[in-house]
Amino acid sequence: MNNYFKVIVNGLIKENPTFVLLLGMCPTLATTSSALNGMSMGLATMFVLICSNAAISALKNLIPDMVRIPAFIVVIAAFVTIVEMVMNAYVPALAASLGIFIPLIVVNCIVLGRAEAFASRNNVLASALDGLGIGLGFTLALTLLGAVRELLGTGKIFSLSVYPENFGSLIFVLAPGAFIALGYLIAMFNKLQKK
Amino acid sequence: MEYIGIIIVAIFVNNIVYSQFLGICPFLGVSKKVDTAIGMGLAVTFVLTISTIVTFLLQKGILEPFGLEYLQTISFILVIAALVQMVEIILKKVSPSLYQALGVFLPLITTNCAILGVAILVIQKDFNLLQSVVFAISTSIGFALALIIFSGIREQLALTKVPKAMQGIPIALITAGIIAMAFMGFSGIDQVFK
Amino acid sequence: MAKLQSTFKNMFLSLFIITLVVATLLAQVNKMTAKPIAAAKALKLENAVKEVVPEFDNNPVAEAYMMATPDGDSLLVYPAKKGDELVGFAVNSYSNNGFSGNIQIMVGFDTEERVVNYTVLSHAETPGLGSKMSDWFRDSSKPNQLVIGRKLSEGKLAVSKDGGQIDAITASTITSRAFLEAINRAYQVYKQSDADSGATKQNKRDENQREEGGESHE
Repeated sequence: MNNYFKVIVNGLIKENPTFVLLLGMCPTLATTSSALNGMSMGLATMFVLICSNAAISALKNLIPDMVRIPAFIVVIAAFVTIVEMVMNAYVPALAASLGIFIPLIVVNCIVLGRAEAFASRNNVLASALDGLGIGLGFTLALTLLGAVRELLGTGKIFSLSVYPENFGSLIFVLAPGAFIALGYLIAMFNKLQKK
Repeated sequence: MEYIGIIIVAIFVNNIVYSQFLGICPFLGVSKKVDTAIGMGLAVTFVLTISTIVTFLLQKGILEPFGLEYLQTISFILVIAALVQMVEIILKKVSPSLYQALGVFLPLITTNCAILGVAILVIQKDFNLLQSVVFAISTSIGFALALIIFSGIREQLALTKVPKAMQGIPIALITAGIIAMAFMGFSGIDQVFK
Repeated sequence: MAKLQSTFKNMFLSLFIITLVVATLLAQVNKMTAKPIAAAKALKLENAVKEVVPEFDNNPVAEAYMMATPDGDSLLVYPAKKGDELVGFAVNSYSNNGFSGNIQIMVGFDTEERVVNYTVLSHAETPGLGSKMSDWFRDSSKPNQLVIGRKLSEGKLAVSKDGGQIDAITASTITSRAFLEAINRAYQVYKQSDADSGATKQNKRDENQREEGGESHE
């Protein structure tokens, strides 16, 4: 049981996909204009990660080595399409604000990367937990970045006002702010790690 | 729709990297030297343009007539993966030196969100085939431009003193942010062509 | 269990079966979610119409029809009725001249050609600047930027910079112009459908007999 717990914590800190592995940058920058958007994107990706890791691990002995990448892609694309359809049906406003980045989960290097690095070599439970851990790490990173951008840009977090909007720096909600905020966050994470 | 408008907007106003946030992974990964940047830019232009044409025909010719739009994500990505495979094989035969230089980044073009992103965007924007091709080529030029500018700066950056925690990706991101701010200056320029 | 060997037969079968299973699974989920997705879309429109016209008891979305605009396009008009009487129209209008392109709005008129309310359906304008149009033009504490209650029969709406009556959003003149363009476009369509239904003509006749009052009566 201890081993499984380690797998989850691994994804959160030691191998955090955003701050350490530096993967999945596109959705990280694009969907974090607010804490809620960032968190939703993280959770959607986590769902795909858990399912695809589990499915690929279950099928790993039935997929010949030479076609493993296309096979992984088909499985991942299936779960992404399911997430897309379910979100459009039950949370359409959220799906609209995440926009094109929901189908783009299929080319998120994190998902394919984990399938290749972990799920194809480990059992189903461990793979699912790895998906959970990495997914949580990703969600944490995105929510944090989203919260920072929303707070500095509009004075709110999760739409709750912390200080008046007029004192916010709009740049953080716009494109350049995403790059800059992420750059500083990664630098801070590096500093804390090297302590 | 005015074609010049599409071109200007795709390259400058809505630059795929600095404004749309697509193609960031190769952007950060291949931008350390200007030569590799140029090679990557060319490869992406080629793959992006052809994949846009093929996925467009797939959407209009098969997915829509048969009501299979929900298979868009999965069929598009398979088309792209197959195309990249083909480009790899062709490049190996035609220009082994470029093939070597691009290395592991060539298969990574498959996961370049810019390619799948543009394929989906032209369907969303309801372009016709010609507009889609113009959009695809302009977007790739925008990508190549972003990449080359960035790699030029990074080559210089490698010679300067940067605080340890900032080295590598963090300072690169902050630089990208400043360039993005510069690109914001292009906003509204397409109004001139209306 | 050893991994399957990469023979041609194995590769082909494996990919084929996986794709088949996936395609069937997706078709199933598609069937299950198609209705909720369509319902969510219809609800969004219904709510938009409710927000912008006076109270009604018919189904405007079901009775919607297309009306041509003078510049060759056509817009969807949603008639709102109470019983058999027309109380207003909602028009789904747009402008492609926003700062970042297309802006879609739903604007409601009453039978006296006044703007009742509006709601922005979709846009890509700059957050914190152009995006303020969602509430800027209906802030009742600021009559100079208010679009609500304006009678477009007295003339097209324009920003004060262009000699008009409406104060544009600070630092977002282009968005403001596009927004007003959408309202003007909606009004032109409304005028035509109104002429077809004759409702306003009737009201005008009553008004002339009564002598101008100022307050609209619903």
